[in-house]
Amino acid sequence: MSNNDKIKSDKQRWSSEIAKSKDRLRRFMTTSSVEVPSLVTPDDLKGWDYETKLGFPGEYPYTRGVQRNMYRGRLWTMRMFSGHGSPEDTNERYKFLLKKGQTGLSVAFDLPTLMGRDSDDPWSEGEVGKCGVAVCSLRDMEALFDGIPLEKVSTSMTINSPAAILWAFYIAAAENQGAKRECLRGTIQNDILKEYIAQKEFIYPPEPSMRLIVDTIEFGTRELPQWNTISISGYHIREAGATAVQELAFTLKDGMTYVEHALERGLGVDEFAPRLSYFFDSHLDFFEEIAKFRAARRIWAQVMRDKYGAKDPRSWLCRFHTQTAGCSLTAQQPENNLIRTATEALAAVLGGTNSLHTNSMDETWALPSEKAAKLALRTQQILAEETGVANPIDPLAGSYYVEWMTDKTQAAAEEYFKRIDDLGGMIPAIEHGFPQREISAAAYRYQQEIDRRERLIVGVNEYIDEDEKLEIPILKITKEMVNRQLTNLSDLRKRRDKVKVAEKLAALREAAVGTENLMPHFIDCAHAYVTLGEMVGVLKEVFSEYTEPAVF
Amino acid sequence: MPHKIRILIAKPGLDGHDRGAKVMASAFRDAGCEVIYLGLRQTPEMIVDAALQEDVDAIGLSILSGAHMTLFPRVREVMNQRGLNDVLLTGGGIISPEDMEELEKRGVGKLFGPGTPTQDAIDYVNNWVNKHRALES
Repeated sequence: MSNNDKIKSDKQRWSSEIAKSKDRLRRFMTTSSVEVPSLVTPDDLKGWDYETKLGFPGEYPYTRGVQRNMYRGRLWTMRMFSGHGSPEDTNERYKFLLKKGQTGLSVAFDLPTLMGRDSDDPWSEGEVGKCGVAVCSLRDMEALFDGIPLEKVSTSMTINSPAAILWAFYIAAAENQGAKRECLRGTIQNDILKEYIAQKEFIYPPEPSMRLIVDTIEFGTRELPQWNTISISGYHIREAGATAVQELAFTLKDGMTYVEHALERGLGVDEFAPRLSYFFDSHLDFFEEIAKFRAARRIWAQVMRDKYGAKDPRSWLCRFHTQTAGCSLTAQQPENNLIRTATEALAAVLGGTNSLHTNSMDETWALPSEKAAKLALRTQQILAEETGVANPIDPLAGSYYVEWMTDKTQAAAEEYFKRIDDLGGMIPAIEHGFPQREISAAAYRYQQEIDRRERLIVGVNEYIDEDEKLEIPILKITKEMVNRQLTNLSDLRKRRDKVKVAEKLAALREAAVGTENLMPHFIDCAHAYVTLGEMVGVLKEVFSEYTEPAVF
Repeated sequence: MPHKIRILIAKPGLDGHDRGAKVMASAFRDAGCEVIYLGLRQTPEMIVDAALQEDVDAIGLSILSGAHMTLFPRVREVMNQRGLNDVLLTGGGIISPEDMEELEKRGVGKLFGPGTPTQDAIDYVNNWVNKHRALES
C-alpha cells in the first residue's frame, strides 16, 4: 500500500468515527459561503508539486511572494487612505500621519471630485469634503501637498473616471515644487472597469474611458517610469458583496482587458506590464483571504507569461495593495472593529501584501477621527514589530488546508474567466450586467444568512448590548471647511487668466475629438488653472455620458 | 385583499454605493411589496416625480456619502410641495445618531444604519403604512 492509499483508508476510518459525534453547526462555510471540509490531508492534494505550485519567493510563479526576501528586506508600506474637508484640512492630517510613522500617502477624494465635478457644481451640494477631500484645480493640489516634498514621498490617489486629470494636477504641482517627472512615485487607481461593475463612479461610456486609461499607461511608460498608472481593484467589487472568488476573477479579468487594450495601442507588453498593480480586499475569513492572495500571484504570473508572452519577469508580478474590509465592520459596539481589522490585516500580511490600509473602528459612522486613524495605523505597527509574523516568508505554505484552498480558488476563478470569455470578454459581460448580477446575488445571500442567523456577527445578531450607547468621537465636516473650499474656488475663477483657460480648453476639445494622447493637454490645462469640472465638461460633450439600467 | 405596499427605492445624489439599496429592494420584494427601483444619481425632483407617478406608499433612500443632511430634507420638501405629505420617507446609510434625530424632527421617518436586520425595516414600513395610509384598494 502506498503512503497516499494508507492516508486515504485511514481518513475513511477517521471520517466514520467522527460521523458519530455531533457537529456544532449544520454547515461550516467561509465568508464567501464556500463549504469548509473538516480536514484536508495529502490525498486531497494529489499530484501537487512544490516546484510548479509554489517555487521560491521572488521566483515564478510567485505564489510565495513577489520579492526574494519579502518583509525581511522591507516591511509592507503602511499607507492610510485619508482625506476630508478642504485641501488645507487634509494637509494637516497628512502631516500628522507622516509624523506618526506612516510611510506613504493615500488620497481619498470627495464624491464631487470622484465624479469630475467642481465644488460649486449644483450636484455637489451637501457632498463637498464629506467622503474625502475636494480637489478642483492645481491650486487645491498644491495646498494638499503644501510642505510635503513630492519628489520624496510616494502617493496613491483613489481616483478613476477623472484619474488622468487629477494625475495632471499632481504632476503640475510637483513641477511647481521643482520636482522632476521621472522622480515621481505613486499610483493612480484609474480602474474604470470595476466602476461599471461595482462602485458606479463612471462618467463616460466604456470605450472612451478605456482610451483615457491607455493614454495614462502610454504617458507613464514614457515620462514617469516609477509611477503605477493603474491599480486594478477588487476592493470595491468585494465591498459591493462579491465572494472572494468573484473578487479575484473579475479583477484579474479586468487586468487582462487593460493589457489587451494597451497591446492594441501598439505598446509592447514588457514596456508597460511592470507598472500594473493590484488592490484587494482582506475580509474576515482568514484562510480564504490568504488563499486568494496566493492564488492571485500565481494566476497573474501564469497569464502574463503564457497568455501574453511577457518575457520580463517584472511583468509577471502581481504586486498589490490591500485594505481591510470596510463592509465587515459593524456600527454596533464599534470598538470590536479594532479586532476585526487586526485579523484582516494579519491575513493580508500572511498573504504577502505589498502595502496595507487598516480601517478605523468608526468608519460605519463617519470618516475616521484622528484617534481612530492612529489606532488603525498602530495595529499595523504592532503586527510588524511585535508579533514576529514578518520574520518568516509565506509561513503558511505547505498547510494542506491553505494549499487546497489556494488551488480551489484558482480553479474557481478560471471557471469565471471562461464564462466571461463566452460572453465576448469583460466589456460585453459588463454590458450584459453579468458581474453586476453575480455580485448582487452574493450580497443578498450574505444578508439573508445574517438575517436567518446562519452567520453570526458579534454585536449584530449575537452578543448584542441592548442598551448600547455610541461612545467614540465622530469626525464632523464643518460648514467652515466647505465654505473655505467654495471661497478658494471662486477666488481662483476670478484671478486666473481667462483667455488662457479658454485656449487650453479649446485645444483639449480638439485633441479629444482626434486620437492623440490627452495627458499633455491635461497638464497644460492644469498649469493654466483650468478646473476639473471644466475639463470633464468638455470631455462629456465629446465622449457622452454613461448611464446604467436600474436593475436589482 | 390586503393592500400591497408600494415602495420606491433610490440612490439620490452622486453616491454610487448601491449594495444596501439593492439588498433592501430584494428584501422588500421577497416580503411581498411592490418595489420600484430607480437606481443611481436621482435628483429629489426625479424621485418625487416617480413617487407620484407610481403612487407609492413609501420612499426609501440609501445615502452612504455623508450628504444625508442635504438630501433627505430636500426630498421631503419637494414631497410636501407636490402633496405627498402622507407618504413615508425613510432610508438608511452611514448616518450618525444625532443626524438621525435631527432628520426625524424635519419630517423624515426612521433611518436605519449598518447591521439592521432587513425585517426591522420591512416591519417599520408595514406598520407605518397600515397606520397612516388609507387602505382603499
